[in-house]
Amino acid sequence: MFGPLMLNTWIAATAVAVIAGVTGFFAVLRGSTFAAHAIPNGAFAGAAGASLLGLNPFVGLAVFSVAGALGIAGLSRRARSDVATALTFVMMLGVGALFVSWSSQYAQEAYSLLFGEVFGVSAEEVLPIGILGLVSVAAIVVMFRPLMLSSALPEVAEARGVSARRMELGFLLVMALATSMTVPVVGALLMFSLMIGPAAAARSLTARPGLAMALSVVIALVTVWAGLALSYRSDWPLGFFVGMIGAAFFLAGRAYAAVARSARRAGKTFPQTARSLRYLQLLAFPRREQGPGEKDFRLLPGVSRWRGAYSSATGATIRRTRPAGCSTGWPSTSAGTWSSRTWTRFSSAMTSPR
Amino acid sequence: MIVLRYLVEPGFFGSEPVHIALAVGAIVAVTSAVVGVFTVTRGQSFAGHSLADIATTGGSGAFLIGINQFWGYLAFGAGAAAFMEMIGIQRRRGRDVATGVVLGAALGLAALFLYLGTQYSTTTGASFSILFGSIFVLTPSTVPALIVSALLALVTVAALGRVLLLSSLSPDIAAARGVPVRAVGAAFLMALAVSVALSAVIIGAVLSTALLIGPAATALRVAKGPVRAMAVAAGIGVAATWLGILLAYDSYYWPPAGRGWPVSFFVVTLIVGGYLVSYLRPRPPRAMAQESPDAEQVCSAR
Repeated sequence: MFGPLMLNTWIAATAVAVIAGVTGFFAVLRGSTFAAHAIPNGAFAGAAGASLLGLNPFVGLAVFSVAGALGIAGLSRRARSDVATALTFVMMLGVGALFVSWSSQYAQEAYSLLFGEVFGVSAEEVLPIGILGLVSVAAIVVMFRPLMLSSALPEVAEARGVSARRMELGFLLVMALATSMTVPVVGALLMFSLMIGPAAAARSLTARPGLAMALSVVIALVTVWAGLALSYRSDWPLGFFVGMIGAAFFLAGRAYAAVARSARRAGKTFPQTARSLRYLQLLAFPRREQGPGEKDFRLLPGVSRWRGAYSSATGATIRRTRPAGCSTGWPSTSAGTWSSRTWTRFSSAMTSPR
Repeated sequence: MIVLRYLVEPGFFGSEPVHIALAVGAIVAVTSAVVGVFTVTRGQSFAGHSLADIATTGGSGAFLIGINQFWGYLAFGAGAAAFMEMIGIQRRRGRDVATGVVLGAALGLAALFLYLGTQYSTTTGASFSILFGSIFVLTPSTVPALIVSALLALVTVAALGRVLLLSSLSPDIAAARGVPVRAVGAAFLMALAVSVALSAVIIGAVLSTALLIGPAATALRVAKGPVRAMAVAAGIGVAATWLGILLAYDSYYWPPAGRGWPVSFFVVTLIVGGYLVSYLRPRPPRAMAQESPDAEQVCSAR
């Protein structure tokens, strides 16, 4: 199972899991799961076109996934995004059907693009996946703060000068980049289940954004490793195991969230696991003290901006770390800066469930 | 006459598969238009597409254990709809995540079924024909099943009617007026599953999604009021389907392959083109498909 032939498979699967965990977290948070389904699946039309022209299928995949991202972002300017995604998706698949009908021997290749050939990865294929994975993860890290604010609270982000449209386009392009390399290896279906299940599970487990993203990557890794081992032993397709394990993680996460909620309602200090996870997180990412140049760091007294934004998006309760009247932590305590109206608007935006 | 012969390849109106294709296309287009107006208004395009994919999984599962595939489509479609409703939150974002999880699991099952199927028999092109289907290779025996399921979906939507519209536009007002929003949503999802599943199996998942979303979205941009939107959507859908079938029939001698271009390409292009043309209209008269609907109007009209 860990022989030299399988080594490439393990490396490629690990890289794919990291990419899927990071991009999937934002796909779930932004509610763009349809785009996460449409871009990898629609991109196969590009591979069909490339094989028709005698080009490398990667070129076709890249062109079509970027075109799909641009199409979704462009159409959603004036329509709701699910309609835009659906129309872009069917257009790509329609063109794919045309390409396939022109070339005669494509059906087998289409099957491998949908379901992947992860056990036949060669060393030449591992390197581009690794590089592309690094690039897309780096892009997400660079965009992290504005992307997070724009995903959780689009209106507040707009008010702060973060263009929601530009963020949407940037995120979709990262997703296109991530899928164009991974689809020929793991298949469009597996990429999709790996993006959604672990990220959705992680989101129900914790209300803290950084921790949720880390958990999403960890769950994706566990899913894909377990899937690989089971698939190797049983000879059943990897996509089946990944889909099932991802869904199981999601259900477990929802069950945990439900139990935690009822325990909190009953007034018990329930989540021992959550506490230890938080302890681990504090070890890994110690909280910064507010420096002199960071006036914007806190929006509500005692609630960090990201946590407030994130928890209002996910419906989690905001826990204040300081009493509300406490003067420290408030950006420029001179009372003139914030009128009471601004205050009401911000605090209602922060606390009302979306 | 010469022009007509140039436009319509001789033999178009005399061929049996074309007759069936035209009839089936019209049935599917009308059903999809009516259901699609609600689907677009409720923002459930993803569910509409996923149910098509999931139903085909059920078909391959039924094929595997050797029962009539019809029951596989229905069982998987209805089961997936129930699952989505059960784990889905009422908010739009949560709903799409629930749809995604169910779709991921179902696609995993599809991979397994296709794997087992190819082990025991030789259906290599199965995944492909499931995705794209073909309206020309229908067997006449599937037509009654299609009509029954179309009627079922239409009757459900007609019976829910105004209640469904109100709870689609404003769940809060609907709940305040005593509408069981959750049950209405579940019933609609079932109707969607039944109509989408069968049309997906017969004409392919791509065409099914295109006919469900495209005409309805176009109609909601140009028409006033839901009933007129349904009529416009049905018109657009039937026109696009028939024109697509005609073009596909004509394209038999077109380059490069000389085998004819696929129907789904023509229909999808016509539908998306029609949607883009609707942008030329300066502004929509009433933004029913947008986020802030006139729920009060619906309420007072009731």
